[in-house]
Amino acid sequence: MRFGFDEDQIEIQRTASGLLEARSTLEQVRIHADEGGDDRALWTELCELGWPGIAVSEQYGGQGYGSVELAILLEQAGRTMTSVPLFSTAAAALAIESAGSDEQRDRWLPGLASGETTAAVGTAGNGRAEIVAGRVDASVAVLFDDEGGARLIDLADALVEPTATIDPTRSYLAIQGPGDDLPGDTDAALDRARVALAAELTGVASRATELTVAYVKDRKQFGTPIGAYQAVSHRCASMFLAVESSRSVTYHAAWAADAAPDRLSEAAAVAHTVVIDASREATCSAIQAHGGIGFTWEADPHWFYKRAQIGAYLLGGTTEARAQLADLVSERLDDQDD
Amino acid sequence: MDLTFSNEETAFRDELRLWLAENHPGDEPDGSEDKQFAWRQDWQRRLNDGGWAGVHWPVEYGGRGATYTESAIFFEELGRANSPLPANGLGLVLGGPTLMAWGTEEQKERYLPMILSAEEIWCQGFSEPEAGSDLASLKTTAVRDGDEWVVNGQKVWTSAAQWSKWCMLVARTDPDLPKHKGLTYFLMDMDQPGVQVRPLKQMTGGSEFNELFLEDARIPHENIVGSEGDGWKVAMTTLMNERSGLAFFLQVRSRQLLDDLFRHARESGQIDDPLVADKLARLHAKAEVLRLTAYRGLTQIETYGQPGPESALTKLMWSELNQDITQFAADLLGPQALRDGTEWSYELMRARGNTIEGGTTEVLKNIVAERVLGLPRLKAAAQ
Repeated sequence: MRFGFDEDQIEIQRTASGLLEARSTLEQVRIHADEGGDDRALWTELCELGWPGIAVSEQYGGQGYGSVELAILLEQAGRTMTSVPLFSTAAAALAIESAGSDEQRDRWLPGLASGETTAAVGTAGNGRAEIVAGRVDASVAVLFDDEGGARLIDLADALVEPTATIDPTRSYLAIQGPGDDLPGDTDAALDRARVALAAELTGVASRATELTVAYVKDRKQFGTPIGAYQAVSHRCASMFLAVESSRSVTYHAAWAADAAPDRLSEAAAVAHTVVIDASREATCSAIQAHGGIGFTWEADPHWFYKRAQIGAYLLGGTTEARAQLADLVSERLDDQDD
Repeated sequence: MDLTFSNEETAFRDELRLWLAENHPGDEPDGSEDKQFAWRQDWQRRLNDGGWAGVHWPVEYGGRGATYTESAIFFEELGRANSPLPANGLGLVLGGPTLMAWGTEEQKERYLPMILSAEEIWCQGFSEPEAGSDLASLKTTAVRDGDEWVVNGQKVWTSAAQWSKWCMLVARTDPDLPKHKGLTYFLMDMDQPGVQVRPLKQMTGGSEFNELFLEDARIPHENIVGSEGDGWKVAMTTLMNERSGLAFFLQVRSRQLLDDLFRHARESGQIDDPLVADKLARLHAKAEVLRLTAYRGLTQIETYGQPGPESALTKLMWSELNQDITQFAADLLGPQALRDGTEWSYELMRARGNTIEGGTTEVLKNIVAERVLGLPRLKAAAQ
């Protein structure tokens, strides 16, 4: 049993955090937020490094790593609030590879793996998706519905509109149009996409916590750094607890996606409910601990708060994930008690 | 990353499961606390005969030399099998490892075998009425008198004191030194007129803890562990050990309580209420966070040789989870959780201690804030 990254994975993590901290500073993010949330230069660079296809099989032009390595990249992408369609493209590719037909895989995966084309991912009700993660020139979308199905939509045949959301740091779309069902195990496809989302939100929560800890060490009131007051420091400890909780469940679910598919549905549901709550809690706390400045546009906490709020919507809320968990535990107890 | 047990770990678990199935002591006997303690003492003897008492102890001291993961498996399986903890828990988890780190060869030879066999029970004399979270401010004094030390003062929260032969006692031996420096760690014989034990009645009605009154209690000089003045350092070794394995036992117990609550909600039909199912699922997610974070902590210890911040985090998680479970049980079970003498009413009361014992939630958050996040201490900042 080893619940930690191996040397390759640590190297991937180090490379990713080094690159993104340099290329996607919060000053950069702020500029992209003003200009439509689309950092083309960074996306080109990430594509050259093969990031969009890290979890895609080599036969489709990917790197053949798994959800764990993708989670490592997405956590760093979330930490640095990158304005690129990495999450949407990688999550859609995961869904197509795990639940798509051979034809769908052949058609879409090579482009997505190289990043030459990008994808959108989200949920749809009544055939229309209101807010989907994706860039305006996305070629394909994977939309999950309430009934457990998923549709693949060629965006050349669909109505695609950019949608301004509360989060201007990256682009979102509204989509309406016909599509084809993903014929395979769409539950597993959604689970994998949710693990990717959890990884990104874990990064969002972790950076919000880092920023806040730095701020409360620096900011003085009554002649004392406010981080010395326990009302503040205990809030920071709770944020750290939320971040570490998110890491535990996200890494576990990513590992299950790669190595223990029979545990994936439960692990992904746990990650979905825990990480969405934790990222919202940590980003709310970040604003509160920054005080008045935290409520201004000039300060950075609001970017993280907005990402967390959108993230909580993108792949369905947590209520249904918890209903699923209650059923899973009940079934397991039935098996045990028989 | 590999979250499955290795072949060795699986073999260890299977061997233990088999042994537990064949040697399980059954349900705790009714009757006095003395009788129940004697039953747990018997249980530890049986564990020791099977080579399972000092699982995490090195082989040279009579242990099994298990890895941290195997030790975690041991406590998990004990919890899963509904087996009691060994009677001499404080000797096994705190006393033995402290002697291995600080004791002389004579001390190790004299005490360690008796800890394993539960022939001599150990208790911990650290906390005092005026020195709880601020342990270093303790006031019990020890004054040198020839080859002996004479001890006066009061200790509190001393588990198992009424059955103990030895007390791990921290006392002030030099009142002129700063508070962390004037302390010394002793092994005190409990069997003497200067030591009075008075059980402390808890809000549960039971008595797990005692007060110790020390009036001219005497300790031979050779019973110092480490050196005179090293008491704080020696005591900290002990506290580092306190939570590691036990955490897995407690976590499994919380899991079992939660499973029982699930079963109840299914039998009563309450689980068909989506709000009830939602709350149970939240508790399940919390239990998973705790379990997974505890395993991450194990890998941390095995990789770096020392626990990371996870030990404080898992204590925070466990105490809150256990309180949430028992609180929701009161909602679901009603009278069954409120009538005196039921299992759930006991848990409902006992859980209030969880956020206090072994480091209060407030102190643990201070530890995370100061040692992990590097936030300033209020006192230092005010100076």
